[in-house]
Formats: sequence, structure tokens, C-alpha cells
Amino acid sequence: MFQYEFMRQAFVASTFIAITCGVVGVFVVARNMSFLSHTLSEIGFAGAAFGVLVGIAPLTGMILFTLVSSILVGSMSSQKERSEASTSAISSLFIGAGILFLALSAKTSSYATNILFGSIVGISKENLLELIILAAVVLITVMLFFKKLTFDSFDSIGAKAAGLPTIFLSVIFLITVALSVSIGAQVVGSLLVFVLLTLPGATAKFFARTIPGLFAVSIGLALAGVWLGLVLGYYTNLPVTFFISIFEVLSYFIGLLINRIKTK
Amino acid sequence: MIEFKDLSKEFSDKKLFENANFTINDGDFVGVVGKNGSGKTTLIKILMGLEKPSSGTIKLSKSKFKFGYVPQFRNIDSDYPLSIASFIELNLKKSGMIFKNQTDKDKLAQALEQTGLTEIKDLPLGLASGGEKQKAYLAQAIVNNPDVLILDESTASLDGSAKEKLMEVVQKLNQEQKLTVIFISHDYLLVKEYVQKCLFFENHHIDMKDVSELSEKVFED
Repeated sequence: MFQYEFMRQAFVASTFIAITCGVVGVFVVARNMSFLSHTLSEIGFAGAAFGVLVGIAPLTGMILFTLVSSILVGSMSSQKERSEASTSAISSLFIGAGILFLALSAKTSSYATNILFGSIVGISKENLLELIILAAVVLITVMLFFKKLTFDSFDSIGAKAAGLPTIFLSVIFLITVALSVSIGAQVVGSLLVFVLLTLPGATAKFFARTIPGLFAVSIGLALAGVWLGLVLGYYTNLPVTFFISIFEVLSYFIGLLINRIKTK
Repeated sequence: MIEFKDLSKEFSDKKLFENANFTINDGDFVGVVGKNGSGKTTLIKILMGLEKPSSGTIKLSKSKFKFGYVPQFRNIDSDYPLSIASFIELNLKKSGMIFKNQTDKDKLAQALEQTGLTEIKDLPLGLASGGEKQKAYLAQAIVNNPDVLILDESTASLDGSAKEKLMEVVQKLNQEQKLTVIFISHDYLLVKEYVQKCLFFENHHIDMKDVSELSEKVFED
């Protein structure tokens, strides 16, 4: 399998993306903002389609759309009662826009399929470098603000009481989510990016009781998912995304079941 | 020591208090009482630098004055993953990302012991009782050895015995560690039992009086 360059590149890209999504996913789940990764993935689709339409790289379009809208969606979600309806409305709007952009660009339907469901095996060397740089930007940003970001994510009221700049930290969080959605979509596609960005972090809650433990489980599950997906995809010729989704969803439900039994 | 001088606060539509002059000494256990909306929490926000006064000054006895603040509400659900110890650690500022240094380990152990949480430190906070949760919030507030501990209606959601237990911990910290405590409360009996003196918020004025002058009338809206 590793004699093929495209598989080696796919493994490298997936590893960086899984670590990034595993890390950021812990914050997403701690802040109860799983819906945000879902909404941003749909916005990302529209961004990628927009990129195709105007002739820029789909990844650039995706980053542009997710960065701008993450700030908008994030500020709307502070009014909890409106968040569900309003984010659903935004999702619908962006999916509609994405379909329009693709239709206007007159690209083949395989282009849309790649954006929606991922195309990790077809990743080019240039794209690989872009992804590694973006993943590094997210990880370095998280490392720089790690202590403050964890405090604010796991206890926003306490963080505010301790005098932390919580609004600034929210913006940092939203930027890391937007970038993670954009790069995560390269593996599993924009439609399923929350599989990598939410499920490993959510499953970690069932198995870990400490901050390092949560990150270790979340990163481990994200990595196991993408590696397993690539191997199984290679040998069965079935979509990689399918295997990643199945693994992450199964892990989540097994965790949920064990947790139920333990707390009974 | 905290010295409040000619402190006033008003919003465009409402005057809260004016020309407040009083001093909180090191080791004091001060109650803060008054009707809803009289400006108690605003005063604390001004003290902590989260809000600006309309006029007047607050003089602190040292430049790096540390506050430990226990707010009334916390959003901790039953599926909250962190253990009690990990929750308290969130406020430890000097440790690295993964490992704690010895100073922080000692601080954590001390905060757990002072609040009587050592035995249940590995319990997920989401599964702790209301009283245990409140003790964990208290432990997180004192883990950095603050100069003053501020309890903002921290006992409001607790039942009678949990309230007493929490206040006994706070009283011990005040008496043994000489920790200055500011206790905002609507609980007449609790204030009467534990504090030495009170800041009374009445008719846009703040007066420091002995707790013996406290009556239930102060709490009536």
C-alpha cells in the first residue's frame, strides 16, 4: 500500500488533519457547540463551490466562508433559544447557495461529490503542503492559548471570574474551528466533517476525567478512524469516508453504552 | 487592605450608590447585604476591575492583588467530564499543558484538603452533589492563594446542611489562614451567624456596620 505515493500522501494529510480535529473537537464538545461544526461544514461547502465558481482554490473559498461565518454564527448562538432555528436557516441558505455556485460554474458532478464527501486519496503535493501548514497554524494557536482556552471552554463562568479575556478566547476558538472544518473537509468531505470534529471529542467524555486524558482519547480516536478508513478503503475500494464514519459512530455508541452501564 | 474612597456608580437610567467610604482590613469577614438591584454585585465588579466607577477610587494594599471569586451559577451538567481535581486545576496558571509542576501539585492538594474534597477528588464533577459542587467552586477560587475571597450568593442554591458545611469551610479559611472574605448574601441567618461586620446597601448609600445592627428588614424587597 505504501509503495504508492498517493497513499503515502493521504496518510500524512490524514494524520495532521486527525490530530487537528481531535484537539479542536475537545473544545467544540466542552463548549456544547457541536452544532457549530455541523453548520460550518455546510457553509464550507458553499465556500468551496464559490471558489470553483470564481476560479480560486476550493480550500481558499472554504476558509474564507467559514472564517467569516463562524464569527457570525458564534455571536448568534449566545442567544440559546434562537440558535437552533437560526443556524438551521443559515445552513439551508448556504447549501442552496453552494448548489447555485456549482451550477453556475458548470463543473461536473464529481467536483461536487469531492467537496461533499472528501477526496483524500486524490490529494496533490501542493494541497498536502497547504493542509500541513493550516494544521500547524491551528495547533500552534491552540498551544499558545492552551491553558486559557481550556479554562474558558470547561468553565466559562469561572474563567470570566478569574479575569480571563473570554470574548477574545471565543474568537480564537471560532477561528480554530473554522480552519479545522476547512481542512477536515479534505478527508471526510464537508458533509461529514463533524464526524472528525465532534465525535472523537464527544466519545472522549465517556472515557477520560482529566484534560490530558480527554485530548489523548480524542486524538487517538480521530487518528484510528482515518488510518483504519484509509487501509480499509484501499483494500475494499469502498469510500474512505464511510469507514471513518462507521468507526467514529461505533466508538461513540460503545462509549455511551459503557457509560450508561457504569452510572447505573 | 482595601480602601474605598468617595466611590459612586450610576448608569444612565439609575443611580446605584454615591460617596461610599469604607475600609476592609486583612482577615475581615464582611457580609454584603441589601435589596435586589441595590448595586452589590456591581460594587464587586468594580473592586475586581471588571467595571469602572462613575467616580471615586479603590486603593489596594499591594499592586498584584489576587481575587478568588465564587459566582452563584455555574453551567455544570450531569455529563460534565472533568473530575473535581481537574476542575480545580483549571485555575492553576503556571503549569504546562500536560504536566503540573510541584508548586501547583501542592496548591491543588492544599485546596482539596481545605475544602474536604481530597477523598472524592477523582469523582466527575457532574455527578457530585450540590454541596460538593459548591465546595469545588470554592476550591478553584482559593487554589491560587487569593488575597480576598468573594462569595457571590454562593449558598443560594444549597439546602440547610450543605450551606452550613460550606460556610464552616469558609470560616476556617478566614480564621486559620487569615483569608479576607466578602460574602454577598440574602440569607439573614447565615450572615448573622458567620460574618463580623456588614456593608449595608440602603438608599444609594453603603455603610459599614457591626453585624449586630443587621435586621431582616434589610433583605426585604
